[in-house]
Amino acid sequence: MNSAALRRIWGLMYRHLALYRRSWPRLLELAYWPILQMCIWGFTARFLAMRTGYNPAIMAGATLLGGVLLWEVTLRSQMGMSISFMEEMWSRNLGHVFVSPLRPSEMLAALVAMSIIRMLVGVIPAILLAWAFYAFNLFTFGPVLVLFFINLMIFGWMVALAVISLILRHGMGAEALAWGVMFGIAPLSAVFYPVTVLPAWLQPISLMLPTTHVFEGMRAIVLQNDIRWDHLAAAFALNCVWLSAALLLFARQFHQARVRGALLSIGE
Amino acid sequence: MNAIQVESLSKRYDAVLAVDNIDFTVRPGATFGLLGGNGAGKTTTIAMLLALIVPTSGRITVLGHDMATDRYAALARMNFSSPYVALPHRLSVMQNLRVYGHLYNVRKVDARIATLARELDLGAILHRPAGELSAGQKTRVALAKALINKPEVLLLDEPTASLDPDTGDMVRTWLEQYRADSGCTILLASHNMAEVERLCTDVAMLKQGRIVDRGSPADLLARYGRHDLEAVFLDIARDRRQSVPV
Repeated sequence: MNSAALRRIWGLMYRHLALYRRSWPRLLELAYWPILQMCIWGFTARFLAMRTGYNPAIMAGATLLGGVLLWEVTLRSQMGMSISFMEEMWSRNLGHVFVSPLRPSEMLAALVAMSIIRMLVGVIPAILLAWAFYAFNLFTFGPVLVLFFINLMIFGWMVALAVISLILRHGMGAEALAWGVMFGIAPLSAVFYPVTVLPAWLQPISLMLPTTHVFEGMRAIVLQNDIRWDHLAAAFALNCVWLSAALLLFARQFHQARVRGALLSIGE
Repeated sequence: MNAIQVESLSKRYDAVLAVDNIDFTVRPGATFGLLGGNGAGKTTTIAMLLALIVPTSGRITVLGHDMATDRYAALARMNFSSPYVALPHRLSVMQNLRVYGHLYNVRKVDARIATLARELDLGAILHRPAGELSAGQKTRVALAKALINKPEVLLLDEPTASLDPDTGDMVRTWLEQYRADSGCTILLASHNMAEVERLCTDVAMLKQGRIVDRGSPADLLARYGRHDLEAVFLDIARDRRQSVPV
């Protein structure tokens, strides 16, 4: 990647970062939902622990908190990328962006970078507050936490790419997917419970999601103090497959949008 | 070498033939007017010149670059302005221009913005959000965005639409000056025939996706026996009379 490409990527990032500089409520909103989720599940976990007083209940509470914090990594990565794209649509600016020398791959790189920034600004305060409120320290997972984060972010970007592709195909009618699609995936990802809890016919589908393997791996650390490299390897392999499919879908829908002349009118 | 070369260009959307096998060339440094009523195919043609729309058939070359295979090399040397494509309205004028300065890889972007602000009288509004500007101010900002990379080819879709006569005249004067100073090639789509007569060296009249006539404004006036281009436009749009040999 040459310096001109990096400059173009920075140009698109600057456009989004400047929005946050002008609006502290936007910045606050990034952290609001992850903190709210963490509080709800944290108090639920504390209630379970107080009610039974057993160690298993405390451990279950830890898996709930770990689940909610790691799920926020996926959710915020997906929304961070989708919303950055939709900001261009809402401001009817896509026409200007796509007649500049910015390549689609550079646009995606800028969206990924913005997604990482948005996710970190949203999730890190929740992680720190979970430590302060409930003595739950996600960082005790050790370096493997970084691998969890990477897998969850890649999955979030994959879903965001699929959503952007559908918006390119169907216009603003597909916008609602950006907000809701991850909530449909969460039950299948076994965020708060082991995959064995799911009906037998649903388990193979669940295991096709990289997120399921990450959350199984997280529970193995919390409950058995065991790093399940098999689950991590499966998560990486599945992410490669899903991300490749999403990139192909995006490339196809971007080309089709140019054929249909949709890039000028997509925000209307 | 022509700045813009369009050969057998067509665009079909299902049953609608928006652009029907058009050919034209624009010489370097010329101002070329693309005229026609609503739905004549002007915007579609401009969008194809910018590679925003893929043609159904035909070939476009801009500054020697084939837009089908080498569009990014051309896009870096072109720019575009249209009142129908907005700039992010929550960003200030300065921030908007910085964004596009980076996208077009402009060196010393703040110095370039300062120059444009001086020339287009943007100094007082540089730090105001783009969404809070008047129509005239937005047009000047859009023009500044279109000139941020000192384009060799500038595509303008109705650049003075919705402007009052004073601001419209200021923009036209500025465009004339810019072309004279820079040698930039301009392609202009407009409904304002006085503007076309004043700015354009050549025009093509589009109707239902086809070029139905072309020439310099003076040629067209002579051929149709009219005193202004608006009358020529109406003759063509309403099929009232054919051009007469001169």
